[in-house]
This record gives sequence, structure tokens and C-alpha cells, in this order.
Amino acid sequence: MRNPLSDKVLDIKPSGIRKFFDIVSEMKDAISLGVGEPDFETPWHIREEGIYSLEKGRTVYTSNSGLLELRKEIVNYLNRRVNVNYDPRHEVLITVGGSEAIDLALRAMLNPGDEVLIPQPCYVSYLPCCQLADGVPVFINLKEENQFRLTAQELRDAITPKSKILVLPFPNNPTGGVMTREDLEAIAEVIIEKDLFVISDEIYSELTYLGEHVSIASLPGMRERTILINGFSKAYAMTGWRLGYAAGPQYILEQMTKIHQFAIMCAPTTSQYAAIEALKNGDEDVARMRDAYDQRRHFVLSRLHEMGLQCFEPYGAFYAFPSIARFGLTSDEFATRFLKEEKVAIVPGTAFGDCGEGFLRLSYAYSIENLKEALGRLERFVQRLEQEQR
Amino acid sequence: MREKILSVMEKNSRIDLHDLALMLGTDEVTVANEIADMEKEHIICGYHTLINWDNTSDEKVIALIEVKVTPQRGMGFDKLAERIYKFSEVEAVYLMSGAFDFTVIIEEKTMRAVAQFVSDKLAPMEAVMSTATHFVLKKYKDHGTVLVGESNDERMLITP
Repeated sequence: MRNPLSDKVLDIKPSGIRKFFDIVSEMKDAISLGVGEPDFETPWHIREEGIYSLEKGRTVYTSNSGLLELRKEIVNYLNRRVNVNYDPRHEVLITVGGSEAIDLALRAMLNPGDEVLIPQPCYVSYLPCCQLADGVPVFINLKEENQFRLTAQELRDAITPKSKILVLPFPNNPTGGVMTREDLEAIAEVIIEKDLFVISDEIYSELTYLGEHVSIASLPGMRERTILINGFSKAYAMTGWRLGYAAGPQYILEQMTKIHQFAIMCAPTTSQYAAIEALKNGDEDVARMRDAYDQRRHFVLSRLHEMGLQCFEPYGAFYAFPSIARFGLTSDEFATRFLKEEKVAIVPGTAFGDCGEGFLRLSYAYSIENLKEALGRLERFVQRLEQEQR
Repeated sequence: MREKILSVMEKNSRIDLHDLALMLGTDEVTVANEIADMEKEHIICGYHTLINWDNTSDEKVIALIEVKVTPQRGMGFDKLAERIYKFSEVEAVYLMSGAFDFTVIIEEKTMRAVAQFVSDKLAPMEAVMSTATHFVLKKYKDHGTVLVGESNDERMLITP
């Protein structure tokens, strides 16, 4: 029998998280700081709208781009929150989570050999999606001393004549880093000068704790070269509904829609009806959850400092990214020992790229009681490591 | 700061002061002083425990009584309410808009005791025109907390 598998797919490494997941799943009584999704349930009025749409028998396909009413609400939302205008009929596409939008944007824009600039540490799907689209990934290693922001110089240094796309994932998973307006203006200048396009993954935009989130699409000259990606998972605690969207210039969205049309048909209809309710009446829920995350953020950072773990202040998402370099263990060793000795699951920084070595991703999408218990164990573990070092 | 303290303490009055200070990005002394001030100003009026009595062997009967009154000169709603809320069996008294004037919530050991309170104490009051007593059969949610069933963290332990 012939080998049925694609070389391209075989070349893709399984997610670094996967390996850790297997160890964790064998430990029945472990607690966790390793989850990349909200601990809140979707607000009831949103869930109720989903249920209602089922009761009404809205169980059929929507148009490929998604319900027009939802696209209109998204346009309103982007207008009021990040001050960018889109045409709901031609410039917005509803996708199965932000992840699908990332995949579509890369596939619609890449020719073989085109280089994609990917700042690391970053979410796990940019690299494989880039490979599957025949792009060549070029990593930009972000630095803790810059609070894991992308600087214009770092961008400039990574650009070659083949560079085409910059992936811009802020607020960032796993670091919690954010880009301020000034930071974005600095790189926008380089992007325009070098004629790059941007895939701006803003899925954590509502979880920003230092001023308002700024979208690079709102800067002069950037709307026409940006695919803005966002979704409902983080802001409205709707991860399981699998709903996101892309907004951008019509001629790019048309090609993305073509792939989406054949691969997916349309995003889940129930989720789309629920999302309309989220955008219409969900602002208070978003604010309530953001306040709760912010309190936990303060709590976690203070506790990390109390136990002597160095961590820059993250102003976005729901992650802290403390440095464990001083213990002389790799991130993987630290996380594995911590899991075995204290039964707390935590994700090593290296799961998000090689430059995550020396760091841990610590999620604070947990109740204060859970955080208190897990951080107490971390403190005990850190003290033990310090004693071993003496 | 006060609003933040209250929103946390409304859900968990037993929270550790140190933890609360960390959550709000301040120090324990500041938080303790704010709480003390709010106690003095009767913004914080007490620290109670939310108990689901259904899960104990204690028998309790809770009744919600709609009361219509005719306020008289020198005896407005506030005075009338006071005469009602001073009874120790009365848990809560609210002045209402609409078809009746007061909601009175009382807690007793038996239905007979509730009946006795209504017929002996409440109904005979001069200003009270009528009462309608409703017994609580089951509490599903109280003070923002769902009392039935439990919710587990359904998330996987590790996700990207």
C-alpha cells in the first residue's frame, strides 16, 4: 500500500502543549493554571438567545459570509470600539472562531516562498497555518525588556525582499503584552514603507487593562493593508460556540470567503444568533468580566513578586509570563516537576516558541480561591528549588 | 475603591484582607480603613451567612405577606413599617409600588406560627386593611447565588 500521508502535513510538529497535555491527563487530581479560556460561563441572555433560535427552528445554513444582521452588528462594534469602518456586505466574514480566520487570511494571501513575520512567543497556530499555506515563517523573538512588544527596529531587522505578511497578535497569548498606539504607529511606518500586509489577531482586545485597545487598522494608511481578526470566545466567554470574524478590504475578503465557502460553508447558525445578542446587549458583561480579570491580575502579580518570581506587568489577555531562568531548569523541566511534586498544571513558555524558554505561562482565568491555592503551591515549590540551589 | 471593595465583599464577606488588598492593587491598611469607615457610615450593615436550610434537618417556614395599609395622620408608611419590622420574626420589610403597600417576609418554625403572627400581630393593627400570605415552597436562588445543583469547571486542564 502507498503512504497516504502528505509530506507537508507530516512536516508539521504537533503542538508543544499536546505533550504536556498527555502527562496532565494522567493525573486525576491535578489543579491547573494552564487554561487558555475564560472560567466564566457565557452570560445567560446570550445563551438564551441561542436556545430561542433553536426553538424557532433556525437550524439551517446562513449565507457563506454569515447573517447580515450579525455582520452589521460587528461593523457597529468595530466602529464604536476601535474606530474603523467596514462595509458589512463586502468587508466582513463570520468564521468558525478566530482560528479559522487566521488560516483563511494566510491561505488567501500567500504564494509559495512568501515570508510571514511571526513575533514569538505567540499562539500555537500561526506557524502550522503558515506552513500549510506554503509560506515561509520568519520569527521575531520579542524581548521581556520591551514588555514583549514588537519594536520598529526588530521588525525592520527581520524584513527581507520576500516578506509579505506580519502577524500581529496583541494583546498577546502567552505573554499578556499589549501594543500602545505609539508602539503601533512606530511599526506602521515600517509596514507601509516595506509594503507589508498585517494579520492583526485581536481576539483579546476587550481584555486590556491599560487604557483602550488600539487596532492597527485604525491608523492612517493601515486599513487597506490589515485583516482584522476578532471573535466572541474571550470577550463574551463563548469559546465553545466557535465564532469569530475577519474584517478587511473587499478584494482580500472575497478570496477568504471563497475558501470558507468550500471548506466550511458557514459558521454555526445558533452561535451567530447568540452573537447578535452578545454585541447588542453584552457590553456590561464584558466590563464585569474584565474587572474580575483585572483583580485577579493584580492578585497574581503581587503574589509572584511576594515569592520572588520576576514578572513584567502584563496589560492584556489573562496571562502572566513569569521568568524562572534563575532556577537553572528549562521551562519544560520546571513545569514537569511542578506538576509531579505539587500537582499543578502550568504551560512551559516553550510551547509558544523557542524564545519562551525560561518562562512559564500562567493563566489567571480562575477564581481567586483557585489562584490562591495554586500560587501557594507554586510558592512552596519555588522555596524548595531555592533550598536545593544552596 | 469603595465600590470595588463592596463588589468583592458582597459575594464573599470572609475574604482575607491581604488577598483583597492584592486584588485591588493596594495595601491592607487602606482596605481595612475603608471597610471600617463604611461600617461607621452604615454602608456595610452586617456580615451574614447564606444558608440553604433545605439541606439541614432544621424545619423552617418562610412566608411572604402582602400587606395593604391606610396611612393616617402622624402615622405615615415609615412609622407603620417600624411597627412591623420591630417584631423579631420579621426578616424583611419593603415598601412597594402597586396593588399593595408592604412586602413582609417572616421566618418561623411552623405554618401555625406564621398564621398566629398574621392573625394575632399583623392583621389586627389599626392601619392594616388586608393581608395575603404566601408560603415559600422552594428556594432556587437567593442573594445572587444559585442554591440548587452544582456547576463544575468543565474546561480541560491545559489548552493553548
